[in-house]
Amino acid sequence: MTRDAALLLPSTEPVTLIDPDGNPVHVGQDMPDPQALVHAYAALIAARRFNDQANALVRQGRLAVYPSSHGQEACQVACVQVLDPGDWLFPTYRDSAAIVARGVDPVQALTLLRGDWHSGYDPLATRVAPQATPLATHLLHAVGVAHAARLRGEPTVVMAVCGDGATSEGDFHEALNFAAVFRTPVVFFIQNNEYAISVPLARQTAAPSLAHKGIGYGVPGARVDGNDVAALLSVLGAAVDRARAGDGPQLVEAHTYRVQPHTNADDPGRYRSADEVTPWLARDPITRVETYLRGRGLLDDDTIAGYGVDAEKLAETMRAGLGEDTVADYRDLFAHVYAEPTPQLREQQALVADELSREEAR
Amino acid sequence: MAAEKLTMANALNRALRDAMRADDTVLMFGEDVGPLGGVFRITDGLTAEFGEQRCFDTPLAESGILGMAIGMAMNGMRPVVEMQFDAFAYPAFEQLVSHAAKMRNRTRGRVGVPLVIRVPYAGGIGGVEHHCDSSEAYYAHTPGLHVVAPSDPADAYGLLRKAIESPDPVLFLEPKKLYFSRSEADLTLPVPPIGTAVVRRPGTDATLIAYGPAVPVALEAAEAAAQEGRSLQVVDLRSIVPFDDETVCAAVRSTGRAVVVAEAAGFASVSSEVVARVTERCFHSLHAPIRRVTGFDIPYPPPKLEHVHLPSVDRILDTVDDLQWEDS
Repeated sequence: MTRDAALLLPSTEPVTLIDPDGNPVHVGQDMPDPQALVHAYAALIAARRFNDQANALVRQGRLAVYPSSHGQEACQVACVQVLDPGDWLFPTYRDSAAIVARGVDPVQALTLLRGDWHSGYDPLATRVAPQATPLATHLLHAVGVAHAARLRGEPTVVMAVCGDGATSEGDFHEALNFAAVFRTPVVFFIQNNEYAISVPLARQTAAPSLAHKGIGYGVPGARVDGNDVAALLSVLGAAVDRARAGDGPQLVEAHTYRVQPHTNADDPGRYRSADEVTPWLARDPITRVETYLRGRGLLDDDTIAGYGVDAEKLAETMRAGLGEDTVADYRDLFAHVYAEPTPQLREQQALVADELSREEAR
Repeated sequence: MAAEKLTMANALNRALRDAMRADDTVLMFGEDVGPLGGVFRITDGLTAEFGEQRCFDTPLAESGILGMAIGMAMNGMRPVVEMQFDAFAYPAFEQLVSHAAKMRNRTRGRVGVPLVIRVPYAGGIGGVEHHCDSSEAYYAHTPGLHVVAPSDPADAYGLLRKAIESPDPVLFLEPKKLYFSRSEADLTLPVPPIGTAVVRRPGTDATLIAYGPAVPVALEAAEAAAQEGRSLQVVDLRSIVPFDDETVCAAVRSTGRAVVVAEAAGFASVSSEVVARVTERCFHSLHAPIRRVTGFDIPYPPPKLEHVHLPSVDRILDTVDDLQWEDS
């Protein structure tokens, strides 16, 4: 299959449909319908509340760690809103808000970061893969899930999310290449938030953009303003449609910014200045779509207050669920290594059981 | 069906064909496994019979092959992948250790990845560098993987069928030097499941414990010892993980002396694990320390020197002679 290389190239600038002041930008790309935008707005409010509550739970010692997507909520919300129920999401550790937007129970979504177990939700029932902490390795699993679905003739699309740092990993390249060769319906969605912990984008790549990386594999690339939920819905939605229609994998790079530390354990003062962060606060993904919708009579104070109440209920669910002290069962350590524990694992479990019974007897 | 004479390569090919006929979720992919039939012809004819959706070539990237297989296994398939040579499987190591081996555990048992990673492995074929590694210790050290190594055609067939049916990932180590050795096998007979060792030759004086490519050498040594009036028992592990403590320990207890034979370097190896666990369990039955005949702790030698490195009949017999016979 030969493809016109020019057709694979992303736009020179990221697509924006609503500017930071809430004004529409006319670029020939369709504005999502008002209902979709209002739905996205409500999800943004919930995602922001989710991030804030998770950060608070870390401070209270209820979560071991939380990599926040504060400021990146438009990406979190849009990459889920464009999916059908039968589609799959392959998230990273920074995509807890997307997982919750997908409908996963927020307490189950935070099980990994709470330290109860590694993945708290059912990936097969939710069609959300376990959050990946190794970088880019899950992109290949996304290709496999999509390829299996395609062999069975199912219309499944897989949304595979990674960050800018992950694009330097070998598995990123192998995933794009495999997906392209087998024409698997995967949308590779890069949230370029400018930092891999402390290392800036300039140290990851000398490419014109991360979306340009698709051309080497025959995968069309697109660039989108990652703080503009309207542009994200439009660009990601089109990518999902093309993948579902049999056009093969798509690569979308969202330009955004990690306004908060990598995690609570990070110290951004050592590698970037506050002056660098400030302009991004003015590009907040929530205010611009709110201004746009209010200006068109699609959103009023009552509706906004209602979404606020819903978000507060979500936060309350998180506080209640994560405030409980749970008892981790040591038997889980041995039960899931294999479908059937080996004789050696049975022996080791019996050893622990014996230790515990003697402790109780004391 | 009666016994027939066939090679291990024939038996493996037959196992893949029969598994693919029995279950249409079984797929085979990797490098050169399509029309060529694999560099060792183990997948010969599979693309022709099952079509290129079920047996296909991939781009040349081992992490990609295994990563995609994990995704397919998550979504209802039973992939079998071929890593072309032992030392070319290393790019897939992260996918193996961090994902294939851990997916069931990470998800508290909700997502298993039933897949088989076939690895043509070990030496004795005059291969140039990077084509003869014995890499089993890396895999056996990783909880969540099953690791098996057949030593004859009948077992190759039976173990591969069982590996493909397994709900967990199986590292399937195929001794390259045994691919084209022929023996009688009846593929219709049931074979013991993964996790069971077998006594290949009865004996009363000492036990040789071997697996994969070392088994025929151990059997040859036992035959030579018999000429000299010493009766050596030979145990074939078949499965490194799960490990069959029961069969191995019963065998060692019956003779009181043991030598572990393996091609891999001895330091921090499967052979050291065997010595440790048998000693822990059978100390009072032992008349001498358990000894090992293994490859040296060196990178695999060039073809002209591999005979120095590989466990030989003479080295095994010398080691058996050294088992403190004068004390009992």
